[in-house]
Amino acid sequence: MLDATAKPLVEIKHMCKWYGEFSALHDINLTVAEGERVVVCGPSGSGKSTMIRCINQLEAHQKGTILVDGVEVKPGMKNIELIRREVGMVFQSFNLFPHMTILDNLILGPMRNRGASKAEATELAMGYLERVHIAGQAGKYPPQLSGGQQQRVAIARALCMKPKIMLFDEPTSALDPEMIAGVLDVMIELAEEGMTMICVTHEMGFARKVADRVVFMDEGEIIEIAEPQEFFSNPQSDRAQLFLSQLLGH
Amino acid sequence: MDRTSSPPAPPKKRLSLVDFALFAGVAALLLYAGYRVNDVLVYNWSWSRVINFIIRYDETSGAYVANLLLFGLATTLRLAVWATILASIIGVVMGYWRTSENLTLRILSRGYVELIRNLPPLVFIFIFYFFISSQIFPLLGIEDIDRSAVLVDNPMFRVLFGDPQLFPNFLAGVLCLAMFEGAYITEIVRAGIQSVPHGQWEAARAIGLSRTNVLRDVVLPQALRKILPPLAGQFITLIKDSAIVSLISIQELTYLATEVASTTTKVFETWILVGAMYFILCYSFALLFGWLERRASRNRR
Repeated sequence: MLDATAKPLVEIKHMCKWYGEFSALHDINLTVAEGERVVVCGPSGSGKSTMIRCINQLEAHQKGTILVDGVEVKPGMKNIELIRREVGMVFQSFNLFPHMTILDNLILGPMRNRGASKAEATELAMGYLERVHIAGQAGKYPPQLSGGQQQRVAIARALCMKPKIMLFDEPTSALDPEMIAGVLDVMIELAEEGMTMICVTHEMGFARKVADRVVFMDEGEIIEIAEPQEFFSNPQSDRAQLFLSQLLGH
Repeated sequence: MDRTSSPPAPPKKRLSLVDFALFAGVAALLLYAGYRVNDVLVYNWSWSRVINFIIRYDETSGAYVANLLLFGLATTLRLAVWATILASIIGVVMGYWRTSENLTLRILSRGYVELIRNLPPLVFIFIFYFFISSQIFPLLGIEDIDRSAVLVDNPMFRVLFGDPQLFPNFLAGVLCLAMFEGAYITEIVRAGIQSVPHGQWEAARAIGLSRTNVLRDVVLPQALRKILPPLAGQFITLIKDSAIVSLISIQELTYLATEVASTTTKVFETWILVGAMYFILCYSFALLFGWLERRASRNRR
């Protein structure tokens, strides 16, 4: 388990966000320490994705503060690229660049943002492709790969930036059932290597296995935060109980 | 059933009686039109007089040389190429501005597009021509270019821009056409940029690319691939639209055809031949673009 002195990598304090008049996030408080694995769950529309997308400012929050590795992230800030390179993100729909080969997908970020040479970036990229078990596909184009392979490429692409933290936004939700295990295996390996992770997912098996804490959200608020053992066996709030019974009940 | 058996032959496509009737009807109409011109108008056809204006026999050198209409065709081609290059630059910049986060840029580009799309081309070209030829050119010193200087009066310059004496005139024509077609290309580029899924922007931003890099490395390459067919169509439209600058005395194909028609009085022959020249030019480009497009889509996978 984590010791209390671990450095906080992400600190969210009193964050709020509205879409027009609709309150999407309300008074979010969450601190994620270095090396910690947090799983975020909750019914759809509860603001899970919006919350993690505020961390790298794909969505702008309107109130409260977000610190990433001690630096405050503000909407419309200059040099947001310096923060984004420390925050890897994996999307539900992969979002690989279809006009580039797998390898080119991976080396783009390091070359443009970290100023790596093509040779350096390629070496780095091949290493990560090896780790997600698809080094043999480096010369192919994304549409030639299966969904599971594409998602593993997307993970490798994020890792190529050598981020301090990885955000996963429902990484297995768009996959065929037989593809899910391969992606989860890569995520578990990553967790075991000590990567700091925030995962929005409905994969409760994954949560049980790797999560240090589970964050349950509903209607734009964090309802409870607990260790997985505690959360699954003895959820405190009615809403978490209802959510779990619906999720596990069928 | 045997899995290796071959599939049944597809039904043959054949022309039905109705199709033949249609063709016959069209042929009859054409024949009637010919009859009207020949026998009712009592029109005296003389193709050779007009063809002389395409290629004529030069007595002194004893060879066939190009004449007015072919020069006009060359000017039209030059106009179209330069105007396309310029219009593409305008279109990409303005098209990007149309999708920009900056309100000022959006207003500017929107204003440009709406202004041009809602004016008749002729009206726009008259206004724009008198403005640039009377205000901008003197400011830039275009009128004062030494037209006998080595830089200007050499074969390369003639190939690229035509007669140096007519250069300011030619430039005005190029600018008018480019400004005009640029608005349509702007809209094509905007549609192309917006057709790239939002997730592409997000993924590129998430790995720390700047807005410029996202556009250059991720969005524009994908947008360009999608907009090549409409862009090719717009290029052919531009060739046809170039006829309109004959009204500001650019000596391209239509302008010279007007002169040939009035000196020879052979109106039908002139315009049918000129029409054929435009058709061959535009249709060749259409075939070329079609071929390029098929090749590009074959190579993709």
